[in-house]
Amino acid sequence: MSDVGATGAAEALAPPVSTPRSGASAWWRRLQAMPPSVRGAALILVVAVVVAAGARWMAPFSYQETDLLHRLQVPLDVEAVAAGHWLGTDKLGRDVLSRLLVATQVSVALALLGTVIGAVLGTALGILAAHRGGWVDELVMMMVDWQAAMPFLIIALAMLAFLGNSLALFVLLMGIFGWETYARLARGLLLSAREHGYAVAVRSLGASPQRLYLRHLLPNVMSPLVVQLSLNFPQTILLETSLSFLGLGIQPPLTSLGQMLGEGRDFLLTAWWLAVLPGSVIFATTLSMSILGDWLRARLDPTQRPG
Amino acid sequence: MILRVTAIKLFRGLLTLLLVVTFVFVVLRLTGDPAEQLLPDDVDPLVLEHYRSVWGLDRPMHEQYLRYLASLARGDLGVSFRNALPASELIALRIPKTLELGITTFLVAVGLGVPLGIFAALHRDAWLDRFTMSFAVLGFSLPNFFLGIVLILGFSLHARWLPSSGHGTWQHMVMPVLTLATSFAGAIARFTRSSMLDVLGRDYLRTARSQGATRRRQVLLHALPNAAIPIVTIVGFSIGGMIGGAVVTENVFAWPGVGRLLTNAVADRDLAVVQAIVMLVAATMVTANLLVDIAYAWLDPRVRVGRGEGGR
Repeated sequence: MSDVGATGAAEALAPPVSTPRSGASAWWRRLQAMPPSVRGAALILVVAVVVAAGARWMAPFSYQETDLLHRLQVPLDVEAVAAGHWLGTDKLGRDVLSRLLVATQVSVALALLGTVIGAVLGTALGILAAHRGGWVDELVMMMVDWQAAMPFLIIALAMLAFLGNSLALFVLLMGIFGWETYARLARGLLLSAREHGYAVAVRSLGASPQRLYLRHLLPNVMSPLVVQLSLNFPQTILLETSLSFLGLGIQPPLTSLGQMLGEGRDFLLTAWWLAVLPGSVIFATTLSMSILGDWLRARLDPTQRPG
Repeated sequence: MILRVTAIKLFRGLLTLLLVVTFVFVVLRLTGDPAEQLLPDDVDPLVLEHYRSVWGLDRPMHEQYLRYLASLARGDLGVSFRNALPASELIALRIPKTLELGITTFLVAVGLGVPLGIFAALHRDAWLDRFTMSFAVLGFSLPNFFLGIVLILGFSLHARWLPSSGHGTWQHMVMPVLTLATSFAGAIARFTRSSMLDVLGRDYLRTARSQGATRRRQVLLHALPNAAIPIVTIVGFSIGGMIGGAVVTENVFAWPGVGRLLTNAVADRDLAVVQAIVMLVAATMVTANLLVDIAYAWLDPRVRVGRGEGGR
């Protein structure tokens, strides 16, 4: 998309697809246009993604390796640093830094996977509802209303109880979370985009529905969907960490930020860092993503409202 | 007209409930034979057969479904296999405690969020506005379990002012309510602000101003009633989030409510209790949505007159 600003209103009226201008200078200008809080948030997210990609390579120890001689060591304490445990150790003498890296990897990967599944599933159903109309539309919108009516944490807990906890089910739950927001958004956007001149033109030229939706309509309504994605991502992280915190999500020996925090809760009096460190990482990630999402949404505001 | 709208909403609510019940039934039957799950593995096949016929599991599926509905209608939600008590009884014991937490939180969140939002809108870009907006973003992204733990660290373990867990005195209420209310107060403040800002720029407010209405009168009599509809929406929406948040918060502070019962039941796979709580939550949500719709009709003359079903 081009620079939103004076041209914002004009863009809202006529929806041309402009290919993003590549090149380092464009990126640099865009970076400078960001307010400092957004730049900070973006930096934290870049770090989180780098950690998620290279956690096992960066970790000084294996995240499962126990060291019973060095249990519950204080972060940055002389003894802990001498043993190589910069951020201390937990009740089994496992290196907190290594566990934190791997936990970040697991939490970020799960949230990314869940967000992508939800976005693709929701958008696909939204396209289906918009294209078919009639009872298909009614059915999809009923499912949307139904899911929006129940707190998702309760649905997730019920599914975990009924079907038993497994990683596959857990990933599926992350994916089902939030699909309804994309479906509702995509449907509304597509229904209004379909009436534009270019869509009518493409249709009258004999393009197949598939081509019309995927090649012409979807790229034009992408921005609000991407904003929705950025707003959903922190919520997905919170869902995963909440469930894992309750001991009903990621199970040991695998770890996640929520699972670490849940374990650390039992040591608040003796080893505060076991809860505070993973909690801070969760907070930093979700806060950064919210700030970035808000900024994106504000930038795209004129085109935000579906008809 | 208002009656007809309410009747349609009520019908839709009941349909939602039926869908939830059906969904629970289907998932429960898909997960396998309850008789095999409840009885030991090495049980005599004859015993298994006997229990199957006692529990009606040998009947055709549609008959089982109807019997299931009938037993639900009688208020029979099954028996907890953990402690052999009816699930409805177990839940009934916990409901007052969750309501205590939920209603207090609700009052605190609305009592804090709405005035903050109004003041932020009236003093746009002043320090209070920036503070409110930062508070809203912070509250929204701060996981409530982490906030709870930080509060415990500060006020229970460090300062020793408040009990870290349990239920009974007002001191026990402070931290759970604070934990649960923060994110909702933030969200409510944010919506109140934007909806007030929207209304403050309208023509009828300019008219009120030109007629010499005091600032106070302008805000309370002219702006607020018109800004109320989006505020009611977000308050209504927040009830679902509050239920989810209560599950986590009750666990952090060992609050003996329905949320803690639910997580324990999920960990034990005590299905009767889980399904009973799911239905309780569904009924609560349907009721809350119905109340929001009625509040709309009461607040907005346009809905009262007709056009209840807006386009999506």
